[in-house]
Amino acid sequence: MRNIMYRDAILEALDEEMARDENVFVMGEDVGTIGGNFKCTAGLLEKYGDLRVKDTPISESGFVGLGIGAAITGLRPVVELMFGDFMMVAMDQICNQAAKITYMSGGQVRVPMVIRMPIGGGRSSAAQHSQSFYAWAAHCPGLKVVVPSTAAEAKGLLKTAIRDNNPVLFFEHKMLYTEKFDLTSDEDYTIPFGQARIVNEGDDITIVATSMMLVKTEKVVKKLKQEGINVELIDPRTLVPFDKETIIKSVEKTGKLLIIDEGHKSYGISGEITMKIMDDIFYSLDAPVKRLGTADVPLPFSPALEFPLIPDEKDIEKAIREMI
Amino acid sequence: MEDNKKVLAKKFYEVMYRMRRFEEEVFEFYKKGMMPGLAHLYLGEEAIATGACAALDKNDYIASTHRGHGHLVGRGADLNKMMAEILGKKDGYSKGKGGSMHIMALDKGILGANGIVGGGIPIATGAAYKSKYKESGEVTIAFFGDSASNQGTFHESINMASAWDLPIIYIIENNCFGISVDIRKVTKEHQLSKRSVGYGIEGVTINGNDVFEVYETVSKAVEKARKGGGPTLIECKTYRWQGHHVGDPATYRDKKELETWKAKDPIKNLLKLELIDEREINEIEEKVENEIKEAVKFAEDSPYAEIEEAYTDVFVD
Repeated sequence: MRNIMYRDAILEALDEEMARDENVFVMGEDVGTIGGNFKCTAGLLEKYGDLRVKDTPISESGFVGLGIGAAITGLRPVVELMFGDFMMVAMDQICNQAAKITYMSGGQVRVPMVIRMPIGGGRSSAAQHSQSFYAWAAHCPGLKVVVPSTAAEAKGLLKTAIRDNNPVLFFEHKMLYTEKFDLTSDEDYTIPFGQARIVNEGDDITIVATSMMLVKTEKVVKKLKQEGINVELIDPRTLVPFDKETIIKSVEKTGKLLIIDEGHKSYGISGEITMKIMDDIFYSLDAPVKRLGTADVPLPFSPALEFPLIPDEKDIEKAIREMI
Repeated sequence: MEDNKKVLAKKFYEVMYRMRRFEEEVFEFYKKGMMPGLAHLYLGEEAIATGACAALDKNDYIASTHRGHGHLVGRGADLNKMMAEILGKKDGYSKGKGGSMHIMALDKGILGANGIVGGGIPIATGAAYKSKYKESGEVTIAFFGDSASNQGTFHESINMASAWDLPIIYIIENNCFGISVDIRKVTKEHQLSKRSVGYGIEGVTINGNDVFEVYETVSKAVEKARKGGGPTLIECKTYRWQGHHVGDPATYRDKKELETWKAKDPIKNLLKLELIDEREINEIEEKVENEIKEAVKFAEDSPYAEIEEAYTDVFVD
């Protein structure tokens, strides 16, 4: 058992995969000399050299596209976007190119590529450095979408992503990078895509929470347990592919479902998860499905304005109590 | 030397004639209502893809564009599979899921045609990155039009390739128009190869309707790239004979300009050199006509895929 930071789990995954396969390389803004804006690639340049740890110019479209070309000709690039918000700068390469090449080529061409990027608010970074837009990626057929919530998830899922033969978008929460988590295994392990994790078993209510929201909710769940409120907490871990069965089974047991996701509420993940399973859970429900999410406004700079817009532990506790 | 030139001339004639006849048959399919969607024809621009692809080795890469049939033919793609794909048939390169603008043939080093203007330029640059990374020796050519040179991806890619001395040739096929917009109306400097100066690499503007000039220029650039000398920007001046796509009457163009350029037909230009005799011409034409006939029949006879096909290849294992 080790206690390590989320960012170090990512670094370990990258290091282990680069050591295992010489075709794996990382590139992005500031990934080399300074080891990444959030230090997820620290020390890799010294270990693997300039071609495998490539500092790029500020050209998101260009270097994401470069990654695609490298991937279809045999390499396994792990491209870092410094902030998830910059995904939109490279959206043509991600959605029109990477996501569609395998399909448009009739299966001739594979795009084994990972694009990592930090998401989430909470750092007074304002509207262009705080968004959680994985719903955009999940809407585009051809992309796998991963939202790791803990260090253990980050490591195991990133290793799976790197070994996957499809483009994988890997959304890391920036408020988790320096959080410490227990890692039960030192060994080389991977976590398969499309398998949700039951974080806590319970009979009173099912909660599906992603990324940072999972971490916040877990704290609330522990507190409520002392009062005898038993929450079944589920981390979907990957949005594409998506594990419906674990959630359906849980709601059949609890009769109640709360979905907590940091993306904007409208047209996002929570609405989609609800409808993905509605046919299966409708007659099991004892109450309407509820959801928590970020308000439908751009994230403001001031903590006085920003923090109240993103669900926190108080909001989560209140929502649970209202549903019990 | 003269013998070699004759051999090349024969080869060039065959490839250019194949491109032209292929496009003419594509146009026929469109006119007969047998082609779904549209196609962007390469008629009049044949010397560029012919000369450039002739400068490459078997293992090299090319990235193509929405006007891509010529590049693919130049690179030796299977005409039957190309034509079937253009008709949306099951035996096409992508089983009918790509169509004219998305033909890929990785076995021929063809990284793909591309429906987004400028979209293939970074992808080509990535193939060149792989060649440097693996020291595998290939050179990549990125083909694109004058209008793609105004996309950010052009500038971002050429900057990275220059900074890192990647083995790639950027070829601008300057056919004067982006759909209806004359490139001269939307750029101040009309000699697009001058953009190379900003990236610290060699740039040259050549006659894109002279297949020997294209071949010789690209060959030099390929040799330099293969030796680690980095990228070259080559602007090939040409003109598209048809509208932007089949069915575009191109009324926005000056008829006189079109006639001037038609007189500079790259195929006639080659024949004027009198390096190929009548008998050789006939032999080549007969051979190509047979290939084209076969491709047309193959495409016509191929069935459409069953609907299940639409649900495959979204992901691979």
